[in-house]
Amino acid sequence: MNAAMLYALTGAGLFALGLYALAVQAHLLRKIIAFNVMGSGAFLVLGALAHRAPDQVADPVPHAMVITGIVVAVSATAFALVLMLRVQSETGQPHLPEQPSD
Amino acid sequence: MMLSQMITIVLLLAGAAFFLAGTLGLLRFPDVYTRLHALTKADNVGLGLVAAGLAIQAETWAAMGKMALIWLLVLLASATGAHLVARGALRRGIPPWTAR
Amino acid sequence: MDGAVNAAAWAFDALLVLTLLWLAWRVLMGPDLFKSIVFFIAFGLVMALAWVRLRAPDVALAEAAIGAGLTGALFLAALSRLAAGERIANAKRPVENSDTGKSTRPHRGVRMVFIAMSALFFGGLAAALLSLPAEAPGLTIQVAENLSTSGVSNPVTAVLLNFRGYDTLLEMGVLFLAVVAAWSLTPAPKEPVSPPGIVLASFVRVLSPMLLLAAGYLLWAGTHAPGGAFQAGSVLAAAAVLLLLSGKDMKANWPEWPLRVVLGLGLGVFIAIGLVMMLIGHRFLEYPLDYAGDLILLIEVAATLSIGVTLAALFLGGRPQRDERK
Repeated sequence: MNAAMLYALTGAGLFALGLYALAVQAHLLRKIIAFNVMGSGAFLVLGALAHRAPDQVADPVPHAMVITGIVVAVSATAFALVLMLRVQSETGQPHLPEQPSD
Repeated sequence: MMLSQMITIVLLLAGAAFFLAGTLGLLRFPDVYTRLHALTKADNVGLGLVAAGLAIQAETWAAMGKMALIWLLVLLASATGAHLVARGALRRGIPPWTAR
Repeated sequence: MDGAVNAAAWAFDALLVLTLLWLAWRVLMGPDLFKSIVFFIAFGLVMALAWVRLRAPDVALAEAAIGAGLTGALFLAALSRLAAGERIANAKRPVENSDTGKSTRPHRGVRMVFIAMSALFFGGLAAALLSLPAEAPGLTIQVAENLSTSGVSNPVTAVLLNFRGYDTLLEMGVLFLAVVAAWSLTPAPKEPVSPPGIVLASFVRVLSPMLLLAAGYLLWAGTHAPGGAFQAGSVLAAAAVLLLLSGKDMKANWPEWPLRVVLGLGLGVFIAIGLVMMLIGHRFLEYPLDYAGDLILLIEVAATLSIGVTLAALFLGGRPQRDERK
C-alpha cells in the first residue's frame, strides 16, 4: 500500500458512490452531478496509476488524457443540462417519466 | 537551521492559526453575516502570512512578486465575494443576528 | 526527521481522501440541490489539491478552472433556469410538487440492490487495482526520450499536441459539437440580469484585463511549465462568464459571424495544419522538427480562443438571440 494506491482506491470509491447516486436519484440534475463525480473518480484512478512511476516524475500520458477528459466532461455536462431543461419544458418535470406517455 | 527558515516556520504557523480561527468562526458564529466576517478577515490575514512566509524562501524576485500578486487578487476576490453573499442575504430578508 | 515528514505526508493524504469521499457523499445525497452544487464546487477544489499531491500540476489547474469553476457555474445557471421553469409549470398546474430529492427515491429494497451492485463494482475495481505492480514507469521513459523532438519542453503539452495530437483534435471536435447541439436545442434564455452593483462592477473591471493577461501567460508558459491551451482557454471563459454575470450583454454586441468563426477556429486550424503537413510529404499532424514548436504554439493560440468562446457559449445555455429592442 502506497500513496498511489490510496488515491486509486479513493477514485474507485468515488466512482462507486457516483454510480449508486446515478441509479437511485430521479432528478436529472442530480444524475448529471453524479455522472461528474463518477468522471472525477475515473480521472483520479488514471492519475494515481501515473503516480507509480519512480524518481519523483509522473507519467505525463495519463495526465494529458485526464486534461482531455475534463474538457470532454464539461462539454457533455453542458449538453446534458440543455437536454434536461428541454425535458422540463416539454413535460413540466425535471425527471424522466415513469411510464412512456402516449 | 537558518534564520530565514525559522522566520518562515513562524509565519506559516501564525497563518495556520488565523485559518483555524476563521474556520472556528464559520462553524460557531450564529448567522451568515458574522460567519462571513470571521471567515473573510481571518483567512485574508492567514493567507497573507502564509504568502509572506513562502516569499522569503522564493528563489527569484519574480516568484516573490507572483506570491504577492496572488495574495492581492485573493483579497479583492474574497472581499467582493463576501459583499455579494451579504447583499444576497440582505435582499432575501435574512435579519442580522442581535444579542438577546 | 525523514520519518516525521513521511508520517505527516501520510496524514495529509489520508485527510484529503477522506474529505473527498465525505464531500462526494454530501454532493450526491444531500437533500438540497443548491447545497449539493456548492459542495460540488468545494469537491472540485479539494480534487485539485489531490492532483497537486499526485504531482500533476497541469491537471490541478484544469480541474480547478474547469472541473470546479465552470462546471459549478453551469450547474448553478441550470438550477436557476429549472426554478424559473418550475414557476411557469406551477402557474399552469398548482398541484405540481417540487422535488426535494427524498420523495422520488426508489423503494428500500431497490436501494439495497443498488448498494450491493455499487459495492460489488468497487470490490472488483479495488481487486484489479491492488493486483497491479506498485511501481510502473508507464510511458515516462519514452516521452522523456522523445521530448527533444516534440518542439516543447513540458511533457504534458508534448503529449497533448504532438505525440497524441489526434486525441486533442477530436476533443476540439467534441467541444464544437457540444455547442452545435446545445444551440440547436434551445435559444438562450432572455432573463433580465439584475444590476450588478458598484462593488461587483468595479471588481469585474479590474479583474477582466488581469484574466486576459493570465490566459496569455498560461498559454505561453504551457510550452515549458504547467499550463497550456486548455487552462488558458478556461481562464478566458471564466472572464467571459464573469462579464455575463455582471450584466454585460455581450450577445447583443457580438455580431453573428465572428463569433461562429472563433467557435470553429481551433478545430479548423488544427485540421488545416494536419493537412498541410500531408501536402508537404509528412503524415497527418506530423510536424517537421524545425517548426514543431511554432506550429504547436499556433494551434494552441487558436485552440485557446476557441475553448474560451466555446465554454462561454455553453454557459449561455442556448443560441444567442438578437436583442429585439434595437
